[in-house]
Amino acid sequence: MLIINNLNVELQEENKKILNGVNLEIKPGEVHAIMGPNGSGKSTLSYVLSGKDGYNVTEGTVSLDGENILNMESYERAALGMFLAFQYPVEIPGVGNMTFLRTALNSQRKANGKEELSAAEFLKVVRDKAKNLKIDADMLKRPVNVGFSGGEKKRNEILQMAMLEPKMCILDETDSGLDVDAMRLVANGVNALRSESRSFLVITHYQRLLDHIVPDFVHIMAEGRIIKSGNADLALEVENNGYSQLLAECA
Amino acid sequence: MAKDDVTKYKIDCYTLPAESNWANQTRADALSWLNQNGLPNGREEYWKYTNPLSFNSSKPPLKNEIDPSYKKPIFDNIDCVKLVFVDGVLDLENSDDLTLTGLEIEPLAKANKNEDHWSLGYFGNIEGSSQKVVKKTLASLNTAFAVQGLTIKITDKVSKPISVVYYHTDQISEALIHHVIKIEKNAHATLLESGGISSRSNCVMELSLEENASLDHIRVQGRSHERESITYIFSNLEVNSCLKSFTLTVNGRLTRNEYIVNINGENAKAHVGGAIVGDNGFSHDDTVFITHSAPNCESRQVFKKVLRNGAKGVFQGKILVKEGAQKTDGYQISQGLMLDEDSNFLAKPELEIYADDVICSHGSTCGEIDPTALFYLTSRGIPKPEAQDMLVLAFLNEAIDEITSNEIKEIISKRLLDWMLKRHKS
Repeated sequence: MLIINNLNVELQEENKKILNGVNLEIKPGEVHAIMGPNGSGKSTLSYVLSGKDGYNVTEGTVSLDGENILNMESYERAALGMFLAFQYPVEIPGVGNMTFLRTALNSQRKANGKEELSAAEFLKVVRDKAKNLKIDADMLKRPVNVGFSGGEKKRNEILQMAMLEPKMCILDETDSGLDVDAMRLVANGVNALRSESRSFLVITHYQRLLDHIVPDFVHIMAEGRIIKSGNADLALEVENNGYSQLLAECA
Repeated sequence: MAKDDVTKYKIDCYTLPAESNWANQTRADALSWLNQNGLPNGREEYWKYTNPLSFNSSKPPLKNEIDPSYKKPIFDNIDCVKLVFVDGVLDLENSDDLTLTGLEIEPLAKANKNEDHWSLGYFGNIEGSSQKVVKKTLASLNTAFAVQGLTIKITDKVSKPISVVYYHTDQISEALIHHVIKIEKNAHATLLESGGISSRSNCVMELSLEENASLDHIRVQGRSHERESITYIFSNLEVNSCLKSFTLTVNGRLTRNEYIVNINGENAKAHVGGAIVGDNGFSHDDTVFITHSAPNCESRQVFKKVLRNGAKGVFQGKILVKEGAQKTDGYQISQGLMLDEDSNFLAKPELEIYADDVICSHGSTCGEIDPTALFYLTSRGIPKPEAQDMLVLAFLNEAIDEITSNEIKEIISKRLLDWMLKRHKS
């Protein structure tokens, strides 16, 4: 599914190196978690994978289903099946949530040679999926994320994921700003989307989220590279001992 | 050319109506004011950002390529009473039957001949009385010489909108149009204006809103690239009256829209707004002067301009709150969205307040498309040009939202979307 090979990235404006040779392979249906201290490059990795401007890839390759994606625009990657659930979902006043969802879905369908959904067809699908995430009609009508609570914003991200049905989902600190109940709701939404053909990369600081979204593999990231990989137990080790011991071991 | 010569040559382009009627004195007064004060020049504060040179010019306007979209007036699908002007001349044959309850419409020239006409006392008066604070001699020129235009009296709640459609067929036409509109006590009307008037036009509208009267005015200025137009809306608002005026401007080489709003009666409301999209050498100026003379009144100014390829957007907005106009609620926002680094947005918000218990706020911003919002949209699979359009429309929506009618709001949004799609193809 996703193969990251020796990825080196620096910030365009500052020539500051953020990623120092990341290697990672995610197979179809797998859930990988990346944990790591602040500033280790986790969010940068998610942005570079989804095609945000402002980064220079100085070395390495990334392929999704065998296609090199680094030269693609973010919307082309999305059509190929890449999805990033934002740590801070963006508020867009003046753009209705429904218009946004429908434009996004139909853009992807168009790019993949599928027929666009009519307003009525779309409405039926979105209502059904919104219900599972406890998103009411009012939230769908409002401008994208404007006036949404932290929990509502994250649920809206998962709704987009459910509508767009991506192959490769990256969750960037989806647990941040959520209380226990809200986290469970979001995690259930994610778990409902788990399938043999869909992979996840879950970025988080805390092990807590991984109780709900149980990963197949856990990677520890520090100073722009993956320093240790293991199974779900590795997350527990971090929770109990903190990062410093691990960092010392791998130094 | 000296300033006086400019005025003289311009005046020489026109002749006063030969026949004798009640309007003669008004026209003579306007002409004398123009002679005394001369046409504006770029050194005046009031014309700091927009050069009036081409409005003053006695030479023919630049040749216009006629935009084929003029053949499809934007409000054509709305059930309304339609009045047609061709190159600034009223075409009654192609206009609708004007019989409608609560509505009296006559051509200005005809009204001038009727010694008992209601417009006596309004024509040239609302304009003339607004000349003292700031001279507007291009409006005086219009009052002196304009014979084209409408007198519209609304005596009741009119069931259909009145739609004035301007067609432009002559590539170098020049027009002076003068409308006088009175909304009587408790009456209401919706007035639509659309199309390009002529290659160069000078259009004055005098508005009087009596007690409890209301007017929704929605204007769409035509999109021919070489069009030069100056418009004035002079309005007097009495107790409990409500004026809402919205203008969409898409291109046009040079546009100056002035709004002079005098709020004279208590509890009156005036909202003026505009959505503007400009490209390539386009210059657009909104100049607003709202005077609050009575307490408990509200005024709103919402102007949004999207600019690219060296386009220029200007906003000069003033709220004057006179002594005694307590509890005034005045709001003003002007924003420029630049799609590149070549464009300019110049704003001059002004507040002048002589009452001590008022809320007046003003804001002005200028910026580019938010890259984070753009990334959010594209990361969901929306191609970059479409995502940009969505954000541009979202930006303009705050101004479009000033329109009361949802039907018209949708028509305006659709026109903007079409403009953007067309832009991608070119």
